[in-house]
Amino acid sequence: MHRVRLAEGAVVGGFTIGPQLHRGGMATIHAVTHPDHPGPLAMKVPVLFEGEDPAAIVSFEMEQMILPRLSGPHVPRFIANGDFSEQPFIVMERIPGASLLPRLAALPLPAEEVAALGALVATALEAIHRQHVVHLDVKPSNILLRESGEAVLIDFGLSHHAQLPDLMEEEFRLPYGTAPYMAPEQVMGVRSDPRSDHFALGAMLYFFVTGTRPFGDPQKLSGLKRRLWRDPPPPRALNPNVPKPLQETILRCLEVDPQRRHPSAAQLAFDLRNPEQLALTPRAEKLRVDGWRATLRRRFNPEAQPVFRRVQAAEGAAPTAPILAIALDLAEAADPRLEDALRASLRGLLASNSGARIACVNVLRQNRLAPDTSLDAGGENKHVKRLVALRAWAAPLGLPEGRVTFHVLEAVDAAGALVDYATANGIDHLVLGARPASVRRRLLGSVSAEVAMLAPCTVTVVRPHAA
Amino acid sequence: MRIALMSDIHGNLEAFEACLADAGVIAPGARVIVLGDLVGYGADPNAVTRLAMQRAAITIRGNHDEASTSDLGGMTADAAAAIAWTRTALEPEVRAWLAALPMEVAEDDRLYVHADASRPAAWRYVMDADDARRSIEATGQRLTFTGHTHVPVLFGLTATEKISRFRPVGDVAVPLPRPRRWFAGVGAVGQPRDGNPAACYAVFDTERAELTIRRVAYDVAAAGAKIRAAGLPDRLASRLLHGH
Repeated sequence: MHRVRLAEGAVVGGFTIGPQLHRGGMATIHAVTHPDHPGPLAMKVPVLFEGEDPAAIVSFEMEQMILPRLSGPHVPRFIANGDFSEQPFIVMERIPGASLLPRLAALPLPAEEVAALGALVATALEAIHRQHVVHLDVKPSNILLRESGEAVLIDFGLSHHAQLPDLMEEEFRLPYGTAPYMAPEQVMGVRSDPRSDHFALGAMLYFFVTGTRPFGDPQKLSGLKRRLWRDPPPPRALNPNVPKPLQETILRCLEVDPQRRHPSAAQLAFDLRNPEQLALTPRAEKLRVDGWRATLRRRFNPEAQPVFRRVQAAEGAAPTAPILAIALDLAEAADPRLEDALRASLRGLLASNSGARIACVNVLRQNRLAPDTSLDAGGENKHVKRLVALRAWAAPLGLPEGRVTFHVLEAVDAAGALVDYATANGIDHLVLGARPASVRRRLLGSVSAEVAMLAPCTVTVVRPHAA
Repeated sequence: MRIALMSDIHGNLEAFEACLADAGVIAPGARVIVLGDLVGYGADPNAVTRLAMQRAAITIRGNHDEASTSDLGGMTADAAAAIAWTRTALEPEVRAWLAALPMEVAEDDRLYVHADASRPAAWRYVMDADDARRSIEATGQRLTFTGHTHVPVLFGLTATEKISRFRPVGDVAVPLPRPRRWFAGVGAVGQPRDGNPAACYAVFDTERAELTIRRVAYDVAAAGAKIRAAGLPDRLASRLLHGH
């Protein structure tokens, strides 16, 4: 292979080489410029030595295949690939600022900051999972933050694309990943489960909030496998300031069996953003590692060991675990027929989406001019009353506790509040009732029509049959 | 250059026309290569073959083309019934053209062949990695394009002699990077068998080295009605509806 020396000022594939930004084990990164591509650019070049581990080459091929197929704010924008027959490279948008790596110097971070960072990263993971990619190397040095706030995932060299041949899987039998963060199924060679990224994120959040890596940094396969049976000390045992909901979420990410983790990264982000709504399980209360009996059982009893399955990609499949939001108008006199129609609509959606989450939402209108007092004439807290009413509405549905949450949004503009809520929480499908025609609706316009027009997701407007 | 690879048309004129029209839209000017089995099963062997004569730059011989123009046996009952019918239906000019089709054609780093390239005349199905390895290792080309199995599939042989099977998804451009060697089954135009009744063919972009499987809806009912009207086994019509 002919190789060009990447000296500053040299031109490779039309790109002028600038200063070296980073030198890693597998690749170097240079700042580059190109007359046709304004804005800061980065060129990634694989480090290739004769007779070296072929992983560096295969991983670079994978990234050349995957990055051009990803879009959106959560990945660096792809610019160009350089062929292996000349000088292999990938040019992409350069994200200003540092990765999360320097934060490791200041651990443990405050719990609120950890949860907020976790929610940003989970949102980015949801974005790539929806584009059929599992990252498989989520760690602080592979996460950057845009100035606009979004987390950006970089380095897709170990990633898996559900619609492309997996060159890493066919080439190597040993697992590739980063030891402290690698999911158990990844250790066992399964590369197709998006929930492997949840595990890595959980390990990172654990590290951030306790200052300790949950599984250390093992250097051998036997050490890596230990995480299949040995649970880490609960975060609250190491840092009593960790709130129970955060421990609940982190330990759910670190479940050995992917089936027990969050069914989607969007649901994980939702839990990190809405800790007060989280249904706590014994995970939240745990203060010690499991006893030797449970550990031995997990290690030696085949029945206690999870079966890791390759996840098959289905063509045109919708997310299997969507977040549904149902907006209820509790201010108007209740219309039992509309309430029944709403519940029926929700039952239908739940029947076809076994992993769905439901957020029951109500907008508590605030007076635009004089701020409302939070107490009504009877002296009761309006916010709490609305929550009670939401729960009462949902009770006949018999939803399991962990799958339903209740939210009262206080806003002047109901439609705007619902659209903002759906955007911020990654809602997949918003269901709301149509109000009967009235003078008020004619004057103010319909909330449902505005939401249907502006919401970033599917919107169903439910209306009882006229007959 | 872009190449439209179509195989296993099996006398299904509706499906063949739909795929050619689709290729005209998504890959205008693409070079059409037919990878064999123009006839058998379907009711339009003459029209399909004449369209291939007109449109295809290269056409390869398939086992049904061979059986329809010779006295070769050894097929399933439905296939044998269709072959017997096809033999009587073929116009002399079409028969002569089919009988003269080549077993394989090599072009640059590509080999076009109907089935396993290690012994094309044996018409072996390439179903698993071992079959694909045998075929790839018997050829000098980097890329082998085939039909015969009626299912789109991709096998890659790495520089370290490892092989993997991959099921391509419709409309996703899959890179076939060097120095790897690849064996591609392009599915069936006229009788898909992977549960999806849409006609299946592939477009290969030689500059980008990317293969895209296309799925094309066509008038299945019309093709089925012609099969029934010709007195061919009913199952040959009904299977088109379900793609199996």
